[in-house]
Amino acid sequence: MAIHPPEKRIWWNEPLEKSEIIWITIAFIWGLVMFFTMVFWHFTGEQNLSNEAYRIHPETFAERTEAMVDQYTVREEGDTGLPVVRPPPGSDVYMLARLWEWWPILELEEGKDYRLHLSSMDWQHGFSLQPENINIQVHPGYELVLTLTPEGIGEYGVVCNEYCGIGHHQMVGRIHVVAAK
Amino acid sequence: MASIAHTGSLPRAAEFRTCPDTGLKVDLAAEKLIRWNAVVAVVFLAVGGFFGLLVALTRWPAVHLLPAEWFYLALTAHGADVLLFWIIFFEIAILYFASAILLNCRLATPRVAWFGFWLMLAGALLANVAVLQGESSVMFTSYVPMQAAPHFYLGLILFAVGALVAVAVFFGTLVIAKDEGTYEGSVPLVTFGAIAAAIIAVFTITSGAIILIPTFLWSIGLVSHIDPVMYKVVWWGMGHSSQQINVSAHVAVWYAIAAMVLGAKPLSEKVSRFAFLMYILFLQIAAAHHLLVEPGISSEWKIFNTSYALYLAVLGSLIHGLSVPGAIEAAQRRRGYTKGVFEWLRKAPWGNPAFAGMFLSLVMFGFIGGISGVVLGSEQINLIMHNTLYVPGHFHGTVVAGTTLAFMAVTYLVVPLIFRREIMFKKLAQWQPYVFGIGVAGISVFMMGAGTLGVSRRHWDITFSDAPVAFEYPGTAFLMMGLNGVFGVLSALGGLMYVVVVVSSVFFGERRTEEKARAEPLLPQGGAAAVASYGSEGTLKLPGTITLVAIFFTAFVLYYFVNWKFLSEVWPLS
Ligand code: HEM
Ligand SMILES: [Cu+2]
Ligand SMILES: [Cu+2]
Repeated sequence: MAIHPPEKRIWWNEPLEKSEIIWITIAFIWGLVMFFTMVFWHFTGEQNLSNEAYRIHPETFAERTEAMVDQYTVREEGDTGLPVVRPPPGSDVYMLARLWEWWPILELEEGKDYRLHLSSMDWQHGFSLQPENINIQVHPGYELVLTLTPEGIGEYGVVCNEYCGIGHHQMVGRIHVVAAK
Repeated sequence: MASIAHTGSLPRAAEFRTCPDTGLKVDLAAEKLIRWNAVVAVVFLAVGGFFGLLVALTRWPAVHLLPAEWFYLALTAHGADVLLFWIIFFEIAILYFASAILLNCRLATPRVAWFGFWLMLAGALLANVAVLQGESSVMFTSYVPMQAAPHFYLGLILFAVGALVAVAVFFGTLVIAKDEGTYEGSVPLVTFGAIAAAIIAVFTITSGAIILIPTFLWSIGLVSHIDPVMYKVVWWGMGHSSQQINVSAHVAVWYAIAAMVLGAKPLSEKVSRFAFLMYILFLQIAAAHHLLVEPGISSEWKIFNTSYALYLAVLGSLIHGLSVPGAIEAAQRRRGYTKGVFEWLRKAPWGNPAFAGMFLSLVMFGFIGGISGVVLGSEQINLIMHNTLYVPGHFHGTVVAGTTLAFMAVTYLVVPLIFRREIMFKKLAQWQPYVFGIGVAGISVFMMGAGTLGVSRRHWDITFSDAPVAFEYPGTAFLMMGLNGVFGVLSALGGLMYVVVVVSSVFFGERRTEEKARAEPLLPQGGAAAVASYGSEGTLKLPGTITLVAIFFTAFVLYYFVNWKFLSEVWPLS
């Protein structure tokens, strides 16, 4: 009983069933819709990840970050010893990731655009802005530059969400969003 | 005793028995390999599942079981043991089954197949040793420049090479079957699905070798630098495509179970085969959805690649999503369950764990794993999900609720047919798919929920108690993590039930003699023919399946656009 003679020999010559054709057509169109939604969002949506990225030496990135910190530090964050930096709206803002901190703490004005530069000094890290829930991968040797517009006054956390060793869960940074002057 | 036929003229004097349940000729060498690959797979599932339980208990805030170091170690071991070792050993068993057994053929070069088996086993053990020594808690993805001990990479390489050898034996068997004319016409659909899986496996394992070999050399100091973005692009050429091996394999298992338990035939062989072809043609470029928020990769490439060029591989899954339940409905209607829209489903053999597991796998893979995967893989939506717990939530819906549950289900047929033992603890076996299924549905959904609230994956302490600068997640996030823990315990229990039933049946189950098999046939009339031959069901009215598909599609569309709405509410960035 094992081997029954095949009912038809060549599978690609068989007729198609109607309900299957209809479903395949719907599913195909749905695929097109989903594809073009992503394209469309690049033209109309406000949340698109920038394609601007450079190769960079970690030391160079650290120097630029330090220069910004030297110029725009306004205070220390509590007793953490971490500088809070308030660069002018529209300017280039740096946040570097290293084992295990985001440095420095930023103070940004609501509704203003900033060019945020992200890079890592050592391993990969994950920039996870909370509670907004914006998540961006940060690599050593690559500098990502994106334009960010903070909305909503308050204190935001930057959690590291790429596993980066034993101190991973202690790696938290902060962004303050304040009213525009 | 089984009747044994000798075929002396062949290069290898293969020994066969005739299966009393199916009438198929079974190559004893193939049978032994299937058994050993399956047994080792189950051992890794047990070990990896145990680590999964430890991880879930640690992420349950009220329990917070392990210290940080152990947590990251356990998470690395969990990922490697279940995702790589359990699944791939089991898949090799499926490949041998779909070639030698279903095609009535002898297995090509069993010696080489054993060589592959030992390589895989040695590699898997070596990688486990490396992880347990504590110097390789790098997660199974081992992103550079974080470095593991050299023997961690070496273990993975040996395992991959062993798997490649097994895939070669599979292809060799197909060639022999064709040459010796052991089947007529086209290969059965299940074998066709296995071929799809094997072709993808070749691509996958090659990508793995391309990236892991230099990484190994880097770990012993022979290569000075590995670019972290390039690593990820190639690594996911392996990492993602291997998920498509899983999908092809578990879809083949769905068809196999439906055929064996209900005598179901695909509605149209053409459509189902075409859907498998879509996997082969379009899945190779699926690395991008792991790289949607990486620097230095263009949006054009991301969009083209994450959608597998216009979602053509997703189309393949959507087609199976109609044709698998459609085949079941058609078979049930043929058997007389024709009342109303859903009598065929109500009267389905829900007490048979093979069927129950298969159907739960189908539904959960579609509703939980499938929908969330497409949403997560949309270029911009990924911004609000990347590396949150949403990601493990999604893939416990695919690779656990989908693949693992399907493989568990088919085991309830493999034990009597291949191990020739009766299933022990029948009641426990009946409940097992439900306990495991509900548990996994829970962990998937609650991890997705926590991820939507921003909770990070691979994270030991979401209270940030010893971080200099803290951040507080909302209370609901903690609730989600607690529920995840509860359902984690439930899924671990379901996993334990599976291991107990399978291990005791295999070693202590009553032997299934030929007389017994004849007295209590395992498969219904036509079940064996349906799985081992070619043939379509043809035209039939399928109101139940159409209703199910309509519900699924509505949920899909709504959930998809809801997430674009969520995205539109976060800070503008460009
Ligand atoms: C006993 C059942 C299981 C439970 C309770 C469980 C639970 C979990 C949890 C809580 C995580 C951690 C998420 C995180 O912190 O990032 C996780 C990760 C993971 N699980 Fe499972 N899981 C189970 C079974 C499985 C199975 C059967 C597979 C594969 C077939 C699987 C594959 C994975 C993978 C690949 C990861 C990611 C590891 C990583 O991030 O490196 N799990 N699981
Ligand atoms: Cu980090
Ligand atoms: Cu981290």
